[in-house]
Amino acid sequence: MESRFKIVGQDVPRTDAEVKARGKALYTDDMKLPGMLHGQILRSPLAHARIKHIDTRRALGLPGVKAVITGQDTPKIKYGNWRLFPDTQDEYPLAVDKVRFIGDEVAAVAAIDRDTAEEAMELIEVEYEELPAVFDVDLSIKPGAPVIHDYCPTNISVNRKIKYGDVEKGFAESDYVREDIFNTHSVSHAYLEPCSALAQVDLDGRITLWTSTQVPYIVQCLLASTLNMRENDIRVIKPFVGGGFGGKMELRAWEFCAAFLARQTGCPVKFTLTREEEFITGRRRHPMKIYSKVGFRKDGTLVAKDLKIQLDGGAYNAMGPTATFLCGNFGAMLYRYPNYRFHGEHIYTNKPPASAMRGFGAPQSLYATEIQMNMAAEELGIDPIDLRLKNAQVSGDEIPDVATISSSGFIDCIKAVAEMSDWKEKRKSLPAGRGIGIGCYSFISGGVFNWFNTQYPFSAAEVRVFSDGTAHLLTMASDIGQGSDTVLKQILAEELGLKMGDIRMTSADTSMTPQADLGSWGSRVTLMAGNAVIDAAKKIKEPLFGAVSARFNLNVIHDIECVNGRVQSKSRPDYGLTFGEAVAMVQKANRGEPLVARGSYTPRGKGLVTPAFGFGAQVAEVDVDKETGLVEVKHMWTAHDCGTVINPRSVEGQLAGSIQMGLGYALSEQFVMDGGKTLNTNFVDYKMPTASDMPPSELFHVETYEPEGPMGAKEAGEGLASPTAPAISDAVYHATGYRCMDLPITPEKILRNLKKNK
Amino acid sequence: MKHHINFKVNGDDYSLAVDPWRTLNEVIREDLNLTGTKLGCGTGDCGACTVLLDGRSVSSCLTLAVSVNGKSVMTVEGLAPSGEELHPIQEALIQTGGIQCGFCTAGMEMSALNLLNQTLSPSETEIKSALSGNLCRCTGYNQIVEAISMAADKMRDNAAEKEEQ
Repeated sequence: MESRFKIVGQDVPRTDAEVKARGKALYTDDMKLPGMLHGQILRSPLAHARIKHIDTRRALGLPGVKAVITGQDTPKIKYGNWRLFPDTQDEYPLAVDKVRFIGDEVAAVAAIDRDTAEEAMELIEVEYEELPAVFDVDLSIKPGAPVIHDYCPTNISVNRKIKYGDVEKGFAESDYVREDIFNTHSVSHAYLEPCSALAQVDLDGRITLWTSTQVPYIVQCLLASTLNMRENDIRVIKPFVGGGFGGKMELRAWEFCAAFLARQTGCPVKFTLTREEEFITGRRRHPMKIYSKVGFRKDGTLVAKDLKIQLDGGAYNAMGPTATFLCGNFGAMLYRYPNYRFHGEHIYTNKPPASAMRGFGAPQSLYATEIQMNMAAEELGIDPIDLRLKNAQVSGDEIPDVATISSSGFIDCIKAVAEMSDWKEKRKSLPAGRGIGIGCYSFISGGVFNWFNTQYPFSAAEVRVFSDGTAHLLTMASDIGQGSDTVLKQILAEELGLKMGDIRMTSADTSMTPQADLGSWGSRVTLMAGNAVIDAAKKIKEPLFGAVSARFNLNVIHDIECVNGRVQSKSRPDYGLTFGEAVAMVQKANRGEPLVARGSYTPRGKGLVTPAFGFGAQVAEVDVDKETGLVEVKHMWTAHDCGTVINPRSVEGQLAGSIQMGLGYALSEQFVMDGGKTLNTNFVDYKMPTASDMPPSELFHVETYEPEGPMGAKEAGEGLASPTAPAISDAVYHATGYRCMDLPITPEKILRNLKKNK
Repeated sequence: MKHHINFKVNGDDYSLAVDPWRTLNEVIREDLNLTGTKLGCGTGDCGACTVLLDGRSVSSCLTLAVSVNGKSVMTVEGLAPSGEELHPIQEALIQTGGIQCGFCTAGMEMSALNLLNQTLSPSETEIKSALSGNLCRCTGYNQIVEAISMAADKMRDNAAEKEEQ
């Protein structure tokens, strides 16, 4: 099929690739300013304690130390991303009364160099009164458990319920019902760039903050509120960011401390975390305890699902409320559930806070869904592929209280992976020790819910065009490595008929780019910022079309287009001007006023969850060594539906990256905890897959067109964080008979099970 | 007490006084402002700080600056000095999409160069094993492996062409 696009859908090299290849791309820690001080944070060694007294005098006396602050020096204003519900904002930038996890931020220092800052850490004396701590969700919700936040005596900070149909009636009408409990574990985002923030105070007292973030606008707003300043007095600039995966989507203590200390000392202050700090205190994926009951008819038709999930949130809410909200929505996605009930609880424990991480509740929730589908398939005597085909969500399906699915290529995805992997044959004939398994996903393309309570559109874009035939795109959307700057330029180039090189871009600077953008998370950027870009481009095209129409005295029925650097009549291309000439004419007609347009996108009338759904299916083939219990993934097959593929190379890269993360989630990555203490705090003990661990893999794009998406595009790459673990897990079961109900799948668990079955 | 060191970086001579505990990574990033070399872990596990020392790859975060006295260092900035044509490894990474967030890229390039200095016909397994000390969280490595293989082909062709001349 010949594409109707010229730049969208092409393998356009990423526009930031060359500076990155040359080592010229500046990340936050690469920057230094004259007189810059180095910051460091003193963290709690205890999981739960009252701070009785902090003595900073000795640290302040150390030559080279410019300032030491504790919570008492700050305005003591709590923050959190759920501004719409202020009760959920439970975190101080520096601990005020209590510490609630090992690593909680207690004090901060600014000194002339890193060594001095480090030395000062040792001189700060903190007197703690240790309190009983709790590390397990079951114990945390028991009466008499230590209360972690005074406002929340039950330790359950968020309750989320979803209900439609009649679940009890559904189960009564089912021929087959099963109940299972799954446990999923915590893993690290392990972005390669440790967090870093650099703050400077302008001569007029305003603050500029360069920070490694996914959400410049959120950081701007929350930094303003915690510093008791006006939003517009804070400028947040996102330089190049070395990955986020959900781990950089909140205001964080070092951002606050950099700004606060810069204001106090009058010098620029930079904080850069060590990898050890990242592992000890960093945000992580929520461990979840998932109770799931499903009912089917004999023929495999799903009738009802009852889902209860307890999220181990750690010491603060962070993005936990959203994960609680979403894991319940994911439970009702993928398949048709006529009767559905969900109860999610976000529970505090004295562990480092969990937060958003690629998939945002889906990898856990869908692990349960997918494993349970396979267990049911076996007992119903139906092939897992057929059971999925029978229940798959299709375009036009309505998820009650959520949305109508405007495009779904799920059925084609299932069929494609079955065919690519030779599923039917292999499921029958693989030798013992070899297995093949399936996992599927559905994912959101950005969220509709406005927990941040933004007063602005969800995404915005400004386009300026010039008589030299170039354009300038401004947007607050944040490229954190996924390539959104390139994709947004592609969309604009396509709309305006320009070349990639004709477009200059300024992104993610809250003082220069149009208000606002909620950031890079939930697979929202392509759809939301992409739509904002198209909206702005359309407003630019209107006067350009008018100019060409007037210049050539065109009949009003002429269709005019921007193509190949020209603005011209579709039927009579000779009636046209170069893009630059058309801009010049509009400018002349407006007495020199530059041609600028602003566009925006906010999902409306699209329910409360997401404007569009991505889908996909994945099959894994594994080999399990019966002596060692070691799993080797031999091959992965993936078929996915992300609507129009805007940049094939980028989408393939997203896919391969998700397999790496999914592989780690399934087999090798986990936080090893001793109570509240994270024991594996380096990349030797935290085992992330390397190049040698990657299996050969094949990909198939199922072509759909998402009506709500820009040029038909929707989510790509985040949903894919979900299917890998269940696919591998199912393949391990097929190979060995070991059904993993508590991730990760370790050799120990496999061997224990093999022994039991002997 | 500071130690005096003389060493070359990307062909340029440097003479510096450094504290004995400072790492090569700190010196090239902070004193020489060559920030293309990254610091991902500081414990020699992630490979983002890889540079060539007398032609062999090392973790600059584990190499003490004093130990490079009299030696020659090559960083990512030396692969294709500003304005000059890209190195085939860089070109291939751009083309395959092997660069996403870019934080591991410099280290990947230096490890790749270390490999291609030894062989211009590496197998896929050899490439993967040459990269086993370089972690990446974005790409899943596929496009990086593809790029190195592509760069090897190009460098082999270039070498053959040179020989013919």
